[in-house]
Amino acid sequence: MTDAAMSEDNTPKELEAALEKAPETEAVKALPIKVRATDVNVFYGDNHALKDVTIDIPEHRVTAFIGPSGCGKSTFLRCINRMNDTIDICRIEGKIEIDDRDIYDRSIDVVQLRAKVGMVFQKPNPFPKSIYDNIAYGPRIHGMVAGKTDTDEMVEASLKRAGLWAEVKDRLAQPGTSLSGGQQQRLCIARAIAVSPQVILMDEPCSALDPIATARIEELIDELRRNFTIVIVTHSMQQAARVSQKTAFFHLGVLVEQGNTEQIFTNPVDKRTQDYITGRFG
Amino acid sequence: MTDIPANDATNDAEARTRTREAALIRKRYRAERRFRMYGLAAILAALGMLTVLLVSIVSAGLPAFTTTQIALDLNFDAGDIDPGGSRDPAKLASANYRGALLKSLRAEFPGSETRQGRRDALNMISNNVPFVMRDMVLADPFIIGTTQRVWVKSSADIDQLAKGSIDRTLPESDRRVDNRQLAWFEKLEREERIRTVFNSTFFTTADSREPEQAGILGAVIGSALTLIITLLLSFPVGVMAAVYLEEFAPKNRWTDLIEVNINNLAAVPSIVFGLLGLAVFLNFFGLPRSAPVVGGMVLALMTLPTIIIASRAALKAVPPSIREAALGMGASRLQTVTHHVLPLAMPGILTGTIIGMAQALGETAPLLMIGMVAFIVDVPGGFTDPATVLPVQIFLWADAPERAFVERTSAAIMVLLTFLIMMNLFAVLLRKKFERRW
Ligand SMILES: Nc1ncnc2c1ncn2[C@@H]1O[C@H](COP(=O)(O)OP(=O)(O)O)[C@@H](O)[C@H]1O
Ligand SMILES: [Mg+2]
Repeated sequence: MTDAAMSEDNTPKELEAALEKAPETEAVKALPIKVRATDVNVFYGDNHALKDVTIDIPEHRVTAFIGPSGCGKSTFLRCINRMNDTIDICRIEGKIEIDDRDIYDRSIDVVQLRAKVGMVFQKPNPFPKSIYDNIAYGPRIHGMVAGKTDTDEMVEASLKRAGLWAEVKDRLAQPGTSLSGGQQQRLCIARAIAVSPQVILMDEPCSALDPIATARIEELIDELRRNFTIVIVTHSMQQAARVSQKTAFFHLGVLVEQGNTEQIFTNPVDKRTQDYITGRFG
Repeated sequence: MTDIPANDATNDAEARTRTREAALIRKRYRAERRFRMYGLAAILAALGMLTVLLVSIVSAGLPAFTTTQIALDLNFDAGDIDPGGSRDPAKLASANYRGALLKSLRAEFPGSETRQGRRDALNMISNNVPFVMRDMVLADPFIIGTTQRVWVKSSADIDQLAKGSIDRTLPESDRRVDNRQLAWFEKLEREERIRTVFNSTFFTTADSREPEQAGILGAVIGSALTLIITLLLSFPVGVMAAVYLEEFAPKNRWTDLIEVNINNLAAVPSIVFGLLGLAVFLNFFGLPRSAPVVGGMVLALMTLPTIIIASRAALKAVPPSIREAALGMGASRLQTVTHHVLPLAMPGILTGTIIGMAQALGETAPLLMIGMVAFIVDVPGGFTDPATVLPVQIFLWADAPERAFVERTSAAIMVLLTFLIMMNLFAVLLRKKFERRW
């Protein structure tokens, strides 16, 4: 790895080039770390949902969380943008850092954190407003746009990046809920990237979609990783294999195994991972 | 050969099962039909009762919307009205119009020279005729000294007679109109000096001892003023309370306790709120008696639980995914509520509020406690003026013995029902228009 590849202000292209040269394993290891979780424990009341999770999430890569349902994938994902704060009974211990800053520190403002760490949910949940307003909402509340032309440009750019512009450019005033499921989910992705986050969290973004819509989202995810760090929860191992570079396997609240996606799927170390991959449970 | 009987047996068994199944299906269908019949019967019974109620109210109330007038030749006698001939408006305003009227009546009704006859003549017409004469003179002093034919309001008894509610064949002692008056009336009728017109008085005046001068406007304005206070107090407080409880309050024992108490409050009989208003607002804070502002406050207390419960239900119905989406975009909790949750819940909240307001509009008991049951002849001009409200007006008129008030009671009920139906219709339309937007 060159020094240039390690520095913060790398253009994605240079990174790509650097990655092309290095073998994948090394690339993942060598990439700058965007999110670093250390000994994270989560409790819902008395339910110990996550146990001592420690993981590094590399920048400009797709990291997939897999595991049987109820193992805590969503819980961990929601720790990264502090969505769990909204649940009264939820208690979090341990440390999560983004760019080496503890996001649970008192000096961190949750609202700004969530602007930096966007989220896409399992079920497409556009606001019951127009397509335009769906995209414009985030930039507006964060004061990122001034005036109509500014907003127009922002909306167009976001929709283009989410690959939705061509389909909706003539119907921006129609409600976001009038789109198909796959389009709605891409609208949600466009909405998330409109505020220029650094990390995008996706919680089973394709589980409510048909295979064609799923394929489009997967393509989109692959494109987005040039500009964003992506963490995706999926129940489909094929999907994890297709879109991610790093995979983490959760089981009963424990992070069992993590590593290069290829290695996890071809050569898992832990017995539980092997069983899960081969379909013996979950 | 041997297995033929066996075959028969299986066929038999099969046939038996089939008939049993068929019987079961028939039974099920019958039960379903029966159930549908019961439902239909229940609805028809309810509709029937409603129809009876409406028909009886409308048939009793409709006559109140018309009134009888008599054409009288009124002699604006200069000697009575303007003895000095000064045409001074101040003097004209307090002149002896009754004397002028009596002169006119003597000319109009032969046999009214005696005391009894004069009383009979006066009882033919409404007692506001002197005031009508005064207003005419003040508007045009040149009519002094002339005789004018004027359509004046008949008395309530003559009105009933004209509408056929008084049986002319009854013996005189059982009739509210005596033979002399009947003779006068029949003569006027022959001369076509009796007419029936739309009773605009009913919609333009407040209560009166004289049925023909009594109107609903005072009560309608009183109700409106009261409801404005109720809405201004209960809507913001109710919505804020609901938003806080639903969106911000932690779910613990205290909020559970509050929730239980709000539900209990909704079940408290309304008269208790009236007693509370009497003790607190009138006796302790010394607010004016019979005033819409106090009535509105009492009704606000009563409506508050309804609005809170309806608002909470509406907020609960907004899917959590909308909240997650907004929070995930970096909206604060307050922004999430004001930008997304509240607008989506608003139709439900408004529906609940309208229904609460309709309840408040129909409420009588608590207002009796704070003195809104007084007899008030002026249309209230403000929130602290003595006033009454529609249902209390109905209660007051229902108590009055005169036949003319009976029809006005029903007419007032029709007015109240019209308002209630309009409010509920509006609530239904609102709900229809904004039904499920996600
Ligand atoms: N809001 C919540 N309140 C209480 N318990 C929860 C909540 N969300 C998740 N859990 C519990 O946390 C555990 C992990 O859930 P989750 O993270 O949703 O699993 P996954 O996404 O892997 O299917 C489960 O046992 C679940 O019951
Ligand atoms: Mg999940």
